[in-house]
Amino acid sequence: MKLTTKMVLMVAAVSMAACTNADRFGADDGAGAFDPNASANAGIIAGSASDPTSTAYFQQAVGDRVLFEVDQSSLTAGGRTTLDGQATWLLTNADYTAIVEGHADEQGTREYNIALGNRRADAARSYLLSKGVPSLRLQIVSYGKERPIEICSEESCYSKNRRAVTVLAGGLTG
Amino acid sequence: MMVRIFTALIAMMMTATLAVTSAGAQQGPLRIEITEGVIEPLPFATPNFVAENGNSAEMGAQLARVVAADLQGTGLFREIPASAYISNISDFGAAIQYPDWKAINAQALVTGAVTVSGNNLSVKFRLYDIFSGAELGDGLQFQGTTEGWRRMAHKVADAVYSRITGETGYFDSRVVFVSETGPKNKRKKRLAVMDYDGAGVKYLTDSSALVLAPRFSPTGDRVLYTSYETGFPRIYVLDVGSVQRRVLENTQGSMSFAPRFAPNGQTVVYSQATGSNTDIYTIDVSSGRSKRLTSAPSIETAPSFSPDGNRIVFESDRSGAQQLYIMPAGGGEAQRISFGQGRYGTPVWSPRGDLIAFTKQSKGRFHIGVMRVDGSEERLLTASFFDEGPTWSPNGRVIMFHRETQGASSRSTLYSVDITGRNLRPVRTPEGGSDPSWSPLQK
Repeated sequence: MKLTTKMVLMVAAVSMAACTNADRFGADDGAGAFDPNASANAGIIAGSASDPTSTAYFQQAVGDRVLFEVDQSSLTAGGRTTLDGQATWLLTNADYTAIVEGHADEQGTREYNIALGNRRADAARSYLLSKGVPSLRLQIVSYGKERPIEICSEESCYSKNRRAVTVLAGGLTG
Repeated sequence: MMVRIFTALIAMMMTATLAVTSAGAQQGPLRIEITEGVIEPLPFATPNFVAENGNSAEMGAQLARVVAADLQGTGLFREIPASAYISNISDFGAAIQYPDWKAINAQALVTGAVTVSGNNLSVKFRLYDIFSGAELGDGLQFQGTTEGWRRMAHKVADAVYSRITGETGYFDSRVVFVSETGPKNKRKKRLAVMDYDGAGVKYLTDSSALVLAPRFSPTGDRVLYTSYETGFPRIYVLDVGSVQRRVLENTQGSMSFAPRFAPNGQTVVYSQATGSNTDIYTIDVSSGRSKRLTSAPSIETAPSFSPDGNRIVFESDRSGAQQLYIMPAGGGEAQRISFGQGRYGTPVWSPRGDLIAFTKQSKGRFHIGVMRVDGSEERLLTASFFDEGPTWSPNGRVIMFHRETQGASSRSTLYSVDITGRNLRPVRTPEGGSDPSWSPLQK
């Protein structure tokens, strides 16, 4: 977590500097000239997964989801680690709000799965709150079994569907 | 006479005995063969209804087809095709040639007559008990518009069915359901309503928002359902005639789902998720005043009123896995009624008050089942990869539910089954179908 924070600060510092530092990031060898269309940090494109303030970075580098065991809404150790990263990111990037979506696999009845998805979303949200994320920035919703990611009828798919996904809203680079 | 035969038939089916009905009080060779628990359906004939004026011959044929399909569709009757007829019915008032119908083994004969003039439709019918050589009950006449011809056919079939079985009918009824298309990860859902036999499908919403589990009001004029159009699941009430809808519960920070009407048509019981917990609430449709009925930290959901409005059956995982419980309609101590191995959900009280239908999940299979209100005599009616969501016919004799197939190309289909577990058959819908809810018998 500390490393991430350092990275964020370093990048922030660099982005303040003039683009004459472009060579340090290995992009554009020889060009050197100021290109107003390129990001000040050549090699870090605003909004992409290399931009640590972006949604894409949150989704891919931090990890936007935690998974659950069958019928369970308790967080796994790996889930808590992912949420630690999410909390840090959210505290650093304070102009984002988020909604935590809870989901269930198809092995159950419709209403119960909405309630179970709700438990999962709430478990993730409560953990983020416990790490200091203000409650006003986090909502929850449950989709029950209605929005599977994987559609095979096997545990390899079910396990990916039993999830709580933190979906960002707001921010400058969408 | 025929009523007594059928009462015995249905009692036999319920208890699955192997006895043969005794000839007892009947005259003549009328007999029902029961071997290995297989019931012989009652053979009947429904000749085309007689056209009593120039325009009506086609209508006469259509009416007879719908009547025959209703009766045969119950699994209790078997139609004798017109190709077998010795006599024909060309004059509604003429005497019946009983020997001709006896000879082709028609035990019941339904005759009718139809007059079409402009938009007006008039339908008459008579029912004959062939082996007694007499009419069974009085002839009836229905008047209406040509647009309502199917309903009139269903009303004829309901009258025939109820005279022969001693039960009220269920054919003049509608089903509201979710019509769905697309793969499981991009499914589009919208609300639809149709006649119970699949005719006359009409869409009540578009598929722009996820909609789930519609339920008819006690008079069939409104539908409760859950919609994600605000971005959160919330319960709505929709007027079927005008298709106008409004949200019933819109509390910030909560979600609502699983609504059902009380028999008074004013109170709605539903499930609300606040924080981590899901509980059962009621709300008054007019005043919007809500009342919380359960407060356990477990999940309480899928509530359903008894037909007298005094009790609510629901599912709860307070014991560690989903089971069924009954509590007073105002809340209070709940009694557990399900005790078998597996998980029980989606309980629905029969309109007759005698049984509760449910979805059961056990050893990786799903079943639709019924049990008595005290939890005894549990019977599983179906078994498959995935069956869910029973709804009762108006007379409490048939259950409709949906079945999903396994795998990536999964499709959802509506099915109906008799409460004896017999006569499982699909109900055809234009697209995939799920979450059916059966209306009361229409007036």
